[in-house]
Amino acid sequence: MREANAGFGTTLRLALRRDRILLPAWIVGLAATAGFSASATVELYPTEASRVAAAETINASAAVVALYGRVFDPTSLGAVSMIKLTAFGAAIVGIVMLFVAIRHTRGEEEPGRLELLSGGRLGRLAPLTSTIALVTGASLLLGLLTALANTAAGLPFAGSLAFGLGWGATGLVYGAVGAVTAQLSTSARTARGIGLVVLAITYALRAIGDLAEPGPSFLSWLSPIGWNQQLRAYAGDRWWVLALPVAATVVLVAAAYALRSRRDLGAALRTERSGPAVGTMSSVAGLAWRLQSRVLLAWAVAFVVFGLILGSLASSVDRLLTSEAMKEFFEKIGGTSGLVDVFLGAEVAIIAAIAAAYGISAADRLRSEEVEGHAEPVLATRTTRLRWALSHDVIALAGSAALMVLAGLSIGASASASLGDWSQLGRVLVASLAQVPAVWVVTSLVMLAFGWAPRLTVAAWGLLVAFVVIGEFGALWNLPTWVMDLSPLRHAPTLPVGTEGLLPVAVLTLAAVALSAAGLAGWRRRDLAP
Amino acid sequence: MSDSGPVIDIRGLVKSFGSTRALDGLDLVVEPGEVHGFLGPNGAGKTTTLRVLLGSVRADAGTVTVLGLDPWRDIPALHARLAYVPGDVALWPNLTGGEVIDLLGRLQGGHDPARRAELLEMFDLDPTKKSRSYSKGNRQKVALVAALASRAELFLLDEPTSGLDPLMEERFRGCVRDLRDEGRTILLSSHILSEAEALSDRVTIIRAGAVVESGRLSEMRHLQRLSIAAETEHELHGITDIPGLSDVVIDANHLRCTVEPGHLAELLSHLSAAGIKTLESHPPSLEQLFLSHYGVDPDGATGDA
Repeated sequence: MREANAGFGTTLRLALRRDRILLPAWIVGLAATAGFSASATVELYPTEASRVAAAETINASAAVVALYGRVFDPTSLGAVSMIKLTAFGAAIVGIVMLFVAIRHTRGEEEPGRLELLSGGRLGRLAPLTSTIALVTGASLLLGLLTALANTAAGLPFAGSLAFGLGWGATGLVYGAVGAVTAQLSTSARTARGIGLVVLAITYALRAIGDLAEPGPSFLSWLSPIGWNQQLRAYAGDRWWVLALPVAATVVLVAAAYALRSRRDLGAALRTERSGPAVGTMSSVAGLAWRLQSRVLLAWAVAFVVFGLILGSLASSVDRLLTSEAMKEFFEKIGGTSGLVDVFLGAEVAIIAAIAAAYGISAADRLRSEEVEGHAEPVLATRTTRLRWALSHDVIALAGSAALMVLAGLSIGASASASLGDWSQLGRVLVASLAQVPAVWVVTSLVMLAFGWAPRLTVAAWGLLVAFVVIGEFGALWNLPTWVMDLSPLRHAPTLPVGTEGLLPVAVLTLAAVALSAAGLAGWRRRDLAP
Repeated sequence: MSDSGPVIDIRGLVKSFGSTRALDGLDLVVEPGEVHGFLGPNGAGKTTTLRVLLGSVRADAGTVTVLGLDPWRDIPALHARLAYVPGDVALWPNLTGGEVIDLLGRLQGGHDPARRAELLEMFDLDPTKKSRSYSKGNRQKVALVAALASRAELFLLDEPTSGLDPLMEERFRGCVRDLRDEGRTILLSSHILSEAEALSDRVTIIRAGAVVESGRLSEMRHLQRLSIAAETEHELHGITDIPGLSDVVIDANHLRCTVEPGHLAELLSHLSAAGIKTLESHPPSLEQLFLSHYGVDPDGATGDA
């Protein structure tokens, strides 16, 4: 074991050097998000009565429970203020650690950089061990910083520690998931994809479990994100729950070691099969489709499954309205049909943010094809730069639109079936289509960066996170309207979509076209990397 | 074939990346139907020059015409007539070699299937393997087959033999000679003098982004030297009196030097008189030439991106 881990210190220092900016930025940013939310809530709900009212509204809305979970103690300030960060925030932490783990294992192995190091005194398991050490350290640091930030914001220390350690433990589990998926595929891209699918499934499990009370609520206990909720920080602090993620991490890490020990450097578990000797692709569009179609198909399946689940929750919206006062309130503002609209509109908006994530990743392929040296041989043929860039841009734009159509159909059909009202199908489909231009604007930001500041292409992810955070926390943090208006996702019309929605849809479409065109113009005049 | 005039005509080409001046007033003229060796140590600017010729990067100053066209603006018209082999071949890991060859072929305007089959046979390449399982040499072969199977008039080859074994290198040289016999033009970048010598009609030698020398290799007498390392039974005396020797290092019965071909016989008779035990001779590396003839450090340049 010692020989297998020779060079551990070197690979750990290398990983720290490569992550010296991004990882600390994520850790500080996440801890600050928790701290800001805590202090904003302290001001928002000064009295216990106001807190209880807020918590009951949250617990009564199926959409909110599906997304964020329940407030376990309505009287607890901490439980109310951290509701959006307990499941949703933990998922973000999970994605960060998942990507970090894959970046330093398969991400180093795939381009052959690990092979370069292997010439030295480097044990076979050292990169994996140092990655796990990095993820553990980063998760712990994130947990402690978050605990400090929340304590400083005025929440009780014990609960803040539980909350922070809950985030850290969630990061640990998904880091370990990344260590396993990195062993399964020779491609880091595929390893990230598998990891994200695991995260999405575990998030959905807890959503169903949380809604099902009473019912199959055990589903929440099958999910690391569910464990983080069941830890019940600020609402009893059930410390023993922390044993679950730690145990899961140990099992996953052991599995990663076992898998790594059974394979060669650069290989996956499956040996590479032969393929066709003769190619059928005859255009760059064909190449782009070949490179992207499988990923798009996986997203499409995920969208349909999520859409069906989200839509099926529509019928439980009014069942959750337990208090008479709230029923009265909602009937005043348009009855339970208005409530269903609010619910479905919120689901469509969330799906749109996820479709924007697809658009970013698909458009980002341009940059990775360029940097990996795949673009130059293609551009040395008769293919023009414009045609090559459009081949991926069209997939990003058409693909994200297709995903929204699928989401509209699946949410709409499922909601119609559960409500017994087939008029919902058309309404939800229209609402989904109305989000497409906003998704295109976010996707086209990648094109703009690609054309004029290619190194900043990755910043599009940061912007998407910022737009989602503005949507989720902007009101709570009392952000000025002009800041909130920076997010294109806020400008898309929501249910019920009427003719007044045509103007923002047209403006957003024009903005997307302008951004893409500007990006393409920059791309045509700049030097090719590297 | 372009009517008259040079196939490649570069005058005063300047290209900077940030504060690094990769190309500093470079001139390069390649005539129709010739194999032109483009020589320089690592980082001299060979790849940057080729990338300007391809329209991948834009010249800061100077004029560049390729086949009478502007490589930055006339991309489809120009690229229909040229083929390129990158120095560092990156392939899509999940496509097979055959798929990559056919894709690039169709994007170039169509391959001759018989020629493709012949080249696969010649380079002993299995086109059914996924690219991620190819070695460096096999990736190089994929790029070579894709380029050589095309009907291009001009071939831009960036250190095309790196990663090839000696047998494959010999077959590649045969291909280049065939292309020249068909009247195509080839620009062959390399940092190995012997490779350029074996194939090229003319060479251009660059360093730090500018031309050091250009012309026929046979006319560059000073480049025809041999490096000699010998060990004799008896101590060596009077070696330094032989004309045409330089870089001489004598340590009792060990000798290292370089010699002009005309004086090799004289040196050998001197050595055999002292009783030759071991004798090595090889053409000098480009780096040695730079040190001995231009009095410059070849590493003084960067920018071979």
